[in-house]
Amino acid sequence: MLTSLFSIALGAVLVENFIFNKFLGICPFLGVSKKVETASGMGMAVTFTMTIASAITWLIQHFILDRFGLGFMQTVVFILVIASLVQFIEMALQKMMPALYSSLGIYLPLITTNCAVLGVALLNIQNDYNFIQSIVYGFTAAIGFTLAIVLFASVRERLEYSDIPKSFEGLPIALVSASLMAIAFMGFSGLKVI
Amino acid sequence: MNIDFMSIVYAVGTLAILGLIFGIILGIASKAFAVETDERIGEIQDTLPGANCGGCGFAGCNALATAIVEGKAKPNSCPVSSNETADRIAEIMGMAPASGAVRYGARVVCSGKSNIAARMKYEYDGVTDCVSAMRFGNGTKYCEYGCIGLGTCVKVCKFGAIKIDDGVAVVDKEKCVACGMCRDACPKKIIEMVPYDSSIFVMCHSHDKGAAMKEKCTAGCIGCRMCTKVCESGAITVTDNLAKIDYSKCTECGKCVEKCPKKIIKIDKNKAIFFDKENEPVSVTPKQ
Repeated sequence: MLTSLFSIALGAVLVENFIFNKFLGICPFLGVSKKVETASGMGMAVTFTMTIASAITWLIQHFILDRFGLGFMQTVVFILVIASLVQFIEMALQKMMPALYSSLGIYLPLITTNCAVLGVALLNIQNDYNFIQSIVYGFTAAIGFTLAIVLFASVRERLEYSDIPKSFEGLPIALVSASLMAIAFMGFSGLKVI
Repeated sequence: MNIDFMSIVYAVGTLAILGLIFGIILGIASKAFAVETDERIGEIQDTLPGANCGGCGFAGCNALATAIVEGKAKPNSCPVSSNETADRIAEIMGMAPASGAVRYGARVVCSGKSNIAARMKYEYDGVTDCVSAMRFGNGTKYCEYGCIGLGTCVKVCKFGAIKIDDGVAVVDKEKCVACGMCRDACPKKIIEMVPYDSSIFVMCHSHDKGAAMKEKCTAGCIGCRMCTKVCESGAITVTDNLAKIDYSKCTECGKCVEKCPKKIIKIDKNKAIFFDKENEPVSVTPKQ
């Protein structure tokens, strides 16, 4: 049991990193990665949402969709679930944890339509994970996302101060460095727990 | 083709029920978790420019709006806004319009264009940032006070109001909102806030003695006091070998501009500075 969880975690963080391997969540990856501070804020918000979304969507899939033979409705239902979940979390945080809200608040609406969150929910079902495995996968995939975005943000902070050819300034050089980081992460492929 | 209508009904039904349930939950949650916010915060925030420049000293327009409502900041705390905005905020707060704040504009007080006026110590090829260049012998110019021209101020300006012209930063007065970010970022501390409507500037920040200054830069204040003698209103004083204008006394007669042997006191009749190749102010109507 523990080995399988560790294997899932390792896979989600490094080997099959959501951004560099599955290309999910590229939009916030490029959008909120200008500063390490905002990047880690976004990472935390995504971690929070993805973990909870994994749990809820697993329950919905197994107790509602499977029961009525509506597996094909997955995508639509999950979008609905995630969107309302994020809204709910935002409201709950604002009331109960204002400190956390003020640090995550601005990122939460951005996550509503984040494909990484939907991706993790669908992958949980595709991979036939059980409840615990789903939560672990959701959490660690988000950790992988955070790792990627924070690393990338620190690269971009340095890019700000480098002498870049005019035509490459801004997003082009960011995309080039993102692809180089993806190549670096390819080094993890083949890493496996037997 | 055989379509199973029941499965469509189930699908639509499930989605509708789920949607309804989530809708109800969210509806209840928005009531249950409603946080009481002072509606004035929103109103003030709408009035503020919304650029989140941080010129007021708070973390952004929202933070300033909160601070104003909580009484921690004055309605005219936003350095960027016009007086009308300050009045409107005061009105929202139920205070008397107490604007009175003078509008300022940033001005880079250096005329030492690289290799044209200012002598260069070395060629810099490192990180394009003034703070970084400061670490190598206090910048590339012999003049200790001169603009390094690597654009640290350009980077911090959220309004795109600064550009580098021949190694000296120049502020576009039309775009400048006087948030003060460039002033704080400049490692040489040569960006000053001057009243927006003023039009005569001493474009040098050097405290070096005249003879030493002449060696370093041909466009530097040598502290000759020609301007103080010619000024009828006594607005110019020379302290530490540098002329300074007291804007409360300046009548903008322009005599100092004519008299200055180094041509570093500059006039700007059109409220925007344009220079030609010889470093002379040119009267050009600013672009609309």
